[in-house]
Amino acid sequence: MDLKYLFFYLIFPGFLFTGVVGLLTTWVDRKVTARVHWRVGPPWYQPFADTMKLLGKEVIVPAGSKKTGFLLMPVIGLAAATLASTIIWLANLFSVSFVGDSIVVLYIMTIPAIAMILGASASGNPLAVLGASREMKLLFAYELPLVISMLTTVYKAGSFSFERILAEQASSGIMLGSASGIIAFIVMIMCVQAKLTFIPFDIPEAETELAGGTHIEYSGAPLAVIKLNTAIMFFVLPVFMITLFWGGVSFAGWSILTSILKYVAIVVIIVLIKNTNPRVRIDQALRFFWGPMLVLSVVALVLAVLGY
Amino acid sequence: MVKKIPIGPFHPILEEPEFFELHVDGERVVDIDMTIGWSHRGIELLSEHKTWDQVPFLVERVCGICSCSHPYAYVKAVEDLLQIEVPERAQYIRAIVAELERLHSHLLWTGLAGHFIGYNTVFMWTWKYREPVLDILEAVTGNRNHYAMMRIGGVRREIPVEEIPNIRKMLDDLVEKNKMLTGAIVDDPVIHARTEGVGILDKKMCRLYGALGPTARAGGYNIDARRDHPIDAYGKIDFDVIVCENGDVYDKAVVRQLENFESIKIIRQALDKLEALGPGDICTEIGEVPPGEGIGVYEAPRGEVLHYIRSNGGNMPMRHKIRAPSFNNILTNEYSVVGDTVADAGLITAAVDPCYSCTERVGRIDRNSGERWIMSEGDLIRMSQEKTEEIRKMMTGK
Repeated sequence: MDLKYLFFYLIFPGFLFTGVVGLLTTWVDRKVTARVHWRVGPPWYQPFADTMKLLGKEVIVPAGSKKTGFLLMPVIGLAAATLASTIIWLANLFSVSFVGDSIVVLYIMTIPAIAMILGASASGNPLAVLGASREMKLLFAYELPLVISMLTTVYKAGSFSFERILAEQASSGIMLGSASGIIAFIVMIMCVQAKLTFIPFDIPEAETELAGGTHIEYSGAPLAVIKLNTAIMFFVLPVFMITLFWGGVSFAGWSILTSILKYVAIVVIIVLIKNTNPRVRIDQALRFFWGPMLVLSVVALVLAVLGY
Repeated sequence: MVKKIPIGPFHPILEEPEFFELHVDGERVVDIDMTIGWSHRGIELLSEHKTWDQVPFLVERVCGICSCSHPYAYVKAVEDLLQIEVPERAQYIRAIVAELERLHSHLLWTGLAGHFIGYNTVFMWTWKYREPVLDILEAVTGNRNHYAMMRIGGVRREIPVEEIPNIRKMLDDLVEKNKMLTGAIVDDPVIHARTEGVGILDKKMCRLYGALGPTARAGGYNIDARRDHPIDAYGKIDFDVIVCENGDVYDKAVVRQLENFESIKIIRQALDKLEALGPGDICTEIGEVPPGEGIGVYEAPRGEVLHYIRSNGGNMPMRHKIRAPSFNNILTNEYSVVGDTVADAGLITAAVDPCYSCTERVGRIDRNSGERWIMSEGDLIRMSQEKTEEIRKMMTGK
């Protein structure tokens, strides 16, 4: 195994880069949210300060928990999120790609959610267990429309590899330029909202119902890891969408600016959805994803097959 | 399989300690246990050791939000005993402060309800719009909360005539903002999805549980102490009592939002009257309080609040009994929460706008074993008879 890949995974574009940009993204989230709320919002370094502080706090492991599973799961989630980010960025920046890497990324990106389910179940707290069961239902709800909306792009590019998808967009225009692309993009934004467990789909955490749900028993360093995990997913998912629908990201010359703009645009859309909706119930979320979202994603796929 | 999910005693949805234990099957609530007694402060006993004039400041602290309603009901109880009439000017000032309190209380609830369903934008915006109400209260009474306006026989402060145009302007702004807020609640499809048909408390159940205030009116139970027992200025002011039909969380929100407009209407009329009356007396001097008893009833933002006082001719109340509306309303959760989901349970318990500290009764707990006693009806009757016997002995000196 090449040492180069270890560098890719740990430093750039892996853990360090993703973590830093992810935390900055949570700052954008907090600042935009604050402005929508007519508040001032925190300074840019607040997420870093929070993470540092949490890392130094005491770690409390509840008496009735399965210790190994409880402490291991956040780390597994973090490793998976970082891996997903590395694969997507390598495809974007260095055209390092392999057949079916989009499928691999799709699978890896479910691991943080599954790790959260296992970690919460291991904590033995009834609210956490309820949160875990909701997380599982939510996972079942959004995965199907997510996969089908990705298939729209895959069908158009004729390949499952990110490299081919990007090449297709470079030669014949971005996916967002077509009707099917726009519909699939809308469906995917909704799925991303659920994947990030943001309002209206923050059902597993539901602060005012479950007091943190899946996170309730975590404290100190494991909580910092979970927060970092969410931050990284908040970075990975928009980039994943840009790669599939919006021509990818690039660091060459002026395109670095357009890449950042695309990214911030998607982040702001997500944050605005988060701030203009109340939380839905789990049955409503299930109905939403298996009803309108599934239909829309199938419509997008059919349109793509018909050539729109 | 039935699991037990605790809400409380400390939980983000509860501003004050209270304990609801939900028995859930999956996500569905099949039963609920409620335990009170987490913040009992012995206000009634404290009140029996304060002079008549000190008690209003104590009962203001029964509840941080109803800090005008409790003193209002108390001074009405004493005035009932004394059989005195309050100067007309004082009556309108009382109505203004009491209705401003209702405004800020209802806005506070709307914000909190938004927070409880995860809609923090509504939370922040509502509380921003609530600020002008607190500003008016500060201008009128000197305090944002705990106004210290009520006094036996009248009020403590005059509303200066030069303040009135300013108050009117702020009220005009508030009407616009409240319209926008009501529109936002009525038009939002997701709010409908979350609150409609949730936690239904119909008219029959409202009667059965003795629900009060907006909780009862949302279910079509048309009661309002301001209209039913018109005290002071309320008999001379024109206002509507808002009543809905379904009794779900959505209706409870709508009732409160529409009551805001009625409150503004009442304040405007009272301001008109104040201007027309011109300067005058705002307090009747009272002398000794004779032996006897009095009852004061006022419609607090959460429902009818009742104060009972008994005097033995001394300078302190001999018995002071407070019945806060939340005591009745919280019990309705027993009916309205069961059958709904855990996700809704918190919202439903919050929809009666509960005020746990007002409600608190003493609970008995063994410090060593952690065992709790529940007093049966028989126990309470026996204790009450013993207390009555004690008081009788004290009064007759035998």
